Amino acid sequence: MTLHPILAALRKHKAGVVLISLQIALTLAIVCNAVFIIGQRVERVNRPTGLDENDLFLVSQQWVGAPSSDDPAGVEKLDVMQKEDLAALRNLPDVASVTPSNSVPLLNSSWTGSVSIKPGQQLGDKSGTRTAYYFTDEQVLATLGLHLVAGRAFTAADVQHQGARDQRDRPVIIVTQALADKLFPQGSAVGKVIYSDGSSSPSTIIGVVARLQIPSTGSWGNDFAWYSTLVPTRLDSSYARYVVRAKPGRRDAAMHAVPAALYAVNPMRVLDDDESVKSFADIRASAYRADVGMAILMGVVCLILLCVTAAGIVGLTSFWVGQRHRQIGVRRALGARKIDILHYFQIENLLIAGVGVVLGVLLAVGLNMWLMTHYEMTRIPLLYVATGVLAMLAIGQAAVFVPARRASNVPPVEATRAA
Amino acid sequence: MFAYYLELALRSLKRSPGLTALMVLTIAFGVAASMTTYSVFRAVSGDPIPWKSAKLFVPQIDNWGPNGRGSDGEPPNAMDYNDAITLMRDHRAKLQSAMYQISPSIVPADASKHPINVSGHAVYSEFFPMLDVPFLYGSGWSADDDTQRAAVVVISSKLNQKLFGGSNSVGKTVNVEGKDYRVVGVLNDWNPQPRFFDVVNSGGFSTGVEDVFLPFQRAITVGIPNDGNTNCNAVPTESGFVGLQHSACVWIAYMAELDDAAAATAYKQYLDGYAHDLQQSGHFGWAPNNRLRDLPAWLDNQHVVPSDTKVSLLVALGLLLACLVNTAGLLLAKFLRRSSEIGVRRALGAPRMAIYAQFLTEAGIIGLAGGVLGLLLTGVGVVSVGWVLPKDIAALARVDFSLLTLTLLVAVIATTLAGLYPTFRASRVQPAWQLKSN
Repeated sequence: MTLHPILAALRKHKAGVVLISLQIALTLAIVCNAVFIIGQRVERVNRPTGLDENDLFLVSQQWVGAPSSDDPAGVEKLDVMQKEDLAALRNLPDVASVTPSNSVPLLNSSWTGSVSIKPGQQLGDKSGTRTAYYFTDEQVLATLGLHLVAGRAFTAADVQHQGARDQRDRPVIIVTQALADKLFPQGSAVGKVIYSDGSSSPSTIIGVVARLQIPSTGSWGNDFAWYSTLVPTRLDSSYARYVVRAKPGRRDAAMHAVPAALYAVNPMRVLDDDESVKSFADIRASAYRADVGMAILMGVVCLILLCVTAAGIVGLTSFWVGQRHRQIGVRRALGARKIDILHYFQIENLLIAGVGVVLGVLLAVGLNMWLMTHYEMTRIPLLYVATGVLAMLAIGQAAVFVPARRASNVPPVEATRAA
Repeated sequence: MFAYYLELALRSLKRSPGLTALMVLTIAFGVAASMTTYSVFRAVSGDPIPWKSAKLFVPQIDNWGPNGRGSDGEPPNAMDYNDAITLMRDHRAKLQSAMYQISPSIVPADASKHPINVSGHAVYSEFFPMLDVPFLYGSGWSADDDTQRAAVVVISSKLNQKLFGGSNSVGKTVNVEGKDYRVVGVLNDWNPQPRFFDVVNSGGFSTGVEDVFLPFQRAITVGIPNDGNTNCNAVPTESGFVGLQHSACVWIAYMAELDDAAAATAYKQYLDGYAHDLQQSGHFGWAPNNRLRDLPAWLDNQHVVPSDTKVSLLVALGLLLACLVNTAGLLLAKFLRRSSEIGVRRALGAPRMAIYAQFLTEAGIIGLAGGVLGLLLTGVGVVSVGWVLPKDIAALARVDFSLLTLTLLVAVIATTLAGLYPTFRASRVQPAWQLKSN
């Protein structure tokens, strides 16, 4: 079959053809970018924190009328209170291990600083490497479920304590593999010395863990998302957080037992029902709620758009089929087979959709570039655009099939009937 | 005549029910998607204090110098203690307040109840009149209370309900962080979104309510620590909360009321003069690099409207546009199919305007039907975003009369616009040619 009769027929419906190609172009542009956004969000939500997240939960609590952490005597009292809490939690039947920590990944409450292989670097200097600190104790690896890939874990002898706003030397630390590779590109980091927050006293790296995300999920933390530093120090203030690993499958029971156990130690404290004892699954859900929500929203928009475009193609093609009943009858009477009529409409759609997707690719790239300049967006990979093009052509063919088949069923006798 | 066109339009629409349903559904979905995302956008981009936002200013002082600036040369978005206290002491604006976020515990008088945690701010007395904070009982505290570091507190109506069963609690005492405070005022429902007086710490929107306000200097004296962000360009040389007050770390929000442009200019000059003096005395090794933005500019600068919300709205508007193109195509096919009918009407003397009126009525009816269906879908959409979007934002999106009106208007106007070209084509039908061909 030659294209000539199809083109000639299309020329008679110029406006309709332009409108449907425009619609396909718009659909392709929006769907490509929306699916790209979905892909980015799904990738973000699925990145592992490095923790073994099952059976893990966090206790955040605050003592009322606690001693001030600004004077040394107060710090000592607070540390005793914290150790009592830790002992009470570790004694619970459903608890496997407990560690104090100022934060956990995805909590969006962080203490960040910068580490350098040279002493005395100012924080403002861009030469240091940004990191987030986890102030914790010797049970941290077991509780969080981190994998030590080199060196050794903290021992009880490594653990110090300090007031939450004090500055103390950090003689030993554990860093993530990512941070170790950044600071010491050649060779092992274990045993090497670094300086944190412009300090001139050294910190020795005694161990390296495979992976540990920083607490922040905000875009400001993207540059150092995997650069975490573990410090074996309990922070003492009127506020304390405990990370608890329950025995397998016993998380809910352990969470339930926590308030009573802590109130038994000291009733003068704030333990909110909802906020104070939170499973890691809940922390994850609230950290990524915006991303999941955006992905769902984009998904719904794509679905509506594709349905509207497909329905539009069906509607318009049905109309054209109705309009050309007589011509189809004439063609059939002159010897065209059913399959020829079917192919006619299929090729016609392919031509229209082809013009649409060419325009759509330009629009998609343009929209992506506009989003890149105005919002945090990266360049759309060609794979997304190519998949979008194929999908649009396929949807066009699928949508045109029903009316085209109806056209192919027009009997040759139509030719003899009046319009 | 309109009644006649209405009848013609309904008859025509009934003739091809499938096509009509398709157009109505297309419009409904397009309008509902854009109205749902618009309701979220409207909720987060609104002016929290429209009658006064142009008079409220947020000063920024560059106390870190070139090394601490962002890539855009912006100074820190909060103040250190020293600058905030100096600005308060100089008192150059009509009303002003330094403030920081606190999260103290409250011990209920009833010993059988556990202590609770509340959030709030330590502020100066001028905070309340400056922001037109509504009171249910009592009022804010006085300037004397500020200087005396008086143990007074303003509480929310929610906390008043919890502690005093909603009665007038002015003069009663509340135990905050183990010390007794006298209640001087109870707020009427006041939960501005965005939390414009301290967007740096609230991130703009907040699900909670501000439950307590304490005098700033009182909170400093008794050592109620800052519960918001603390940003440092260098490690404080002294430890503890007192060390933080002596450091260049920024953690204090500041707002000033300046009633006209002259006052704003004078205030900016004062800020630059202050920074210049610090440069002269050697505290700042750089020229003044201050900012003084009014509230709308400040909210914009701090990106209070999440970019996700803007992108969603944009994508949904794209969807609406695609739906309109779709409708235009279908209307075109539908109208041109009736060329012979148009030819007869024209031959019988109907002017082009009559053809316009007839077909635009038809498009308008489709728009109206799509709008009504769109209203329902928008309702469903607004409820559904409550399940998927972050709670602080989703809670703000709601269906109200203006959203409903807008939905209908957008549907009708957009569909009529989509019908313009098809109608133009229909009105160009040559009567003679149509009559001949039949």
